Amino acid sequence: MTEQTPLLGGQVVISKPALQQLFDALRTAGYSLIGPTVREDAIVYDEIAQLTDIPIGWADEQAPGTYRLRRRDDQAHFGFVVGPHSWKRYLSPPSLRLFATRRTGDGFSVETSNDPPPRYAFIGVRACDLVAIAVQDRVFVEGPVQEPHYKARRERAFVLAVNCTEPGGTCFCASMRTGPRCSSGFDLALTELDDAFLCEVGSALGAQMLSAVEWRPAGAFELSRARQAMADALTRMGRGLNTHNLPELLYDNLEHPHWANVAERCLSCANCTMVCPTCFCSDVQETSDLVGETAARVRVWDSCFNREFSYVFGGHLRPNTRARYRQWLTHKLASWTDQYGVLGCVGCGRCITWCPVGIDLTQELAAIRGEGQL
Amino acid sequence: MADAVEIAYFVEARRQVLPGPYDVTLVEGSITTEEEIERIKEVRRQSGLLVTIGACATSGGIQALRNWADVGEFTRTVYASPEYIHTLDRSRPVSDFVPVDFELRGCPISKQQLVDLVTSLLIGRKPSVPEHAVCNECKRHGTVCVMVAQGIPCLGPATQAGCGAICPAYNRGCYGCFGPMELPNPAALGARFIAMGQTARDVSRAFRSFNGYSAAFRAASEQFEKDAIPR
Ligand code: SF4
Ligand code: SF4
Ligand code: SF4
Ligand code: SF4
Repeated sequence: MTEQTPLLGGQVVISKPALQQLFDALRTAGYSLIGPTVREDAIVYDEIAQLTDIPIGWADEQAPGTYRLRRRDDQAHFGFVVGPHSWKRYLSPPSLRLFATRRTGDGFSVETSNDPPPRYAFIGVRACDLVAIAVQDRVFVEGPVQEPHYKARRERAFVLAVNCTEPGGTCFCASMRTGPRCSSGFDLALTELDDAFLCEVGSALGAQMLSAVEWRPAGAFELSRARQAMADALTRMGRGLNTHNLPELLYDNLEHPHWANVAERCLSCANCTMVCPTCFCSDVQETSDLVGETAARVRVWDSCFNREFSYVFGGHLRPNTRARYRQWLTHKLASWTDQYGVLGCVGCGRCITWCPVGIDLTQELAAIRGEGQL
Repeated sequence: MADAVEIAYFVEARRQVLPGPYDVTLVEGSITTEEEIERIKEVRRQSGLLVTIGACATSGGIQALRNWADVGEFTRTVYASPEYIHTLDRSRPVSDFVPVDFELRGCPISKQQLVDLVTSLLIGRKPSVPEHAVCNECKRHGTVCVMVAQGIPCLGPATQAGCGAICPAYNRGCYGCFGPMELPNPAALGARFIAMGQTARDVSRAFRSFNGYSAAFRAASEQFEKDAIPR
């Protein structure tokens, strides 16, 4: 056990098995660990306890509309990228009971839960997802109105990030300038080397957690290997997106014939929005028992691809798929900037991989820009 | 449910039958005989709200497979005395004969949706019955998409949610029990199945099941059936 605490911003080296010591320290501190694990033929995020729960020796092969797990010929601990889940599942759960009511004589009482939300430690957050969390922070807590459920979960969360040395087939974070290296928003960030992890300390909390872990200061050799790995990763992006004047491009092309072309292929199935780490839309549903004694208000994930979502008195705003796909892309890559000052896309590629028909926003945008061919 | 609602006619559950008119009538089953056409018209006259429940009543059911075949041949094969069988040549949804106020889809229907419908009628709020794709339920549950991760054809992206996305959670593609979602695109989904290695005939059959006679699935199954014929 090392006695001193590493410096904020400093880099240390920990052995691969020593990651278990960090897991243990986090659990002792009251965190429930959420991290990558193999389930249902994919790498999902779920509760983990042991280092052996993470997909050691697994890789994912991703392309538009397909995802396949593959055994690696090494024992890389983080040799894969992002899967169908994102951290919003934990920060802004897909179904959340906001409050319940009970009839009391001639009135009613409101019951909200006073239980503190779980204290999550997110294990293996990638650079694109750190930025996605920062985007959702802008939406939920940094604007004029704060979303208390998100805020409580977010403030209590510990983030162990991982730099991507092997970008996936649908990744385009380099274009979006969001990755593959983690630049901020983490407590600790790992870069996986052949035989050890280089660990960057991003917060005082991260430094404190490292005090229960065996580590040594990073040497010049390790630092240069990590630098080289990140430089190589930049050249291995699965995809690219020209971000030049994106909002103008989209605002100028609201009637482009290509929207109708996408609509022929798009299923309006909402998968892209559900897997997107920045999409935040939800519906609020009321439930009640048959006699009207108790009722509850539940918030569930919703999508701009669902007609009910755009229902206003008198009709539906977006009756066809052309309007829905255009709304989605134009929001992500244009009006998001007007609303929140950042783009709504971080280049994680999930919407491309998890679209059942493999619609690829990078290609759709290229077509609208008049680049390349479809 | 028993206290808030009086059940007037449900011979499977209660022998007593109360005379109409009725506030709400739930209708199961498709229309397959001349007598049923007359009966459903009478039911409509006696009912404030007419709600069809289940794939049979809302789209003709699995027995609508005969709509693409010769019923006479079926009855001759199946029944010892086919002359006693009086049936229409098609199995059709209730809405082909009388106006329907609300549909509860599914084969079987979702108990939760039924309770929610009755509750909303009692309280006077909108029922929470979604019209969007099954995929929404997969994603909310965190089920990994079987189509993307395993290459299993799945009707979920064209099917209305409501079952809770049960089949994908058990490693199977959706069979389309809840019928077409709002704005389905079965042509694009079927084209994807073909790109994944299915034949046009497989795709035609996939759309032709419990809800095969619903407008959207019928059109798709007929189109892919045509595509299957070598030119
Ligand atoms: S988009 Fe970039 S940061 Fe995100 S998983 Fe892919 S390579 Fe890593
Ligand atoms: S739009 Fe697609 S690539 Fe961009 S952040 Fe969302 S899921 Fe990732
Ligand atoms: S782009 Fe793909 S995932 Fe998104 S709604 Fe259309 S078909 Fe579904
Ligand atoms: S498994 Fe089927 S229903 Fe579920 S998300 Fe995939 S395509 Fe949609």
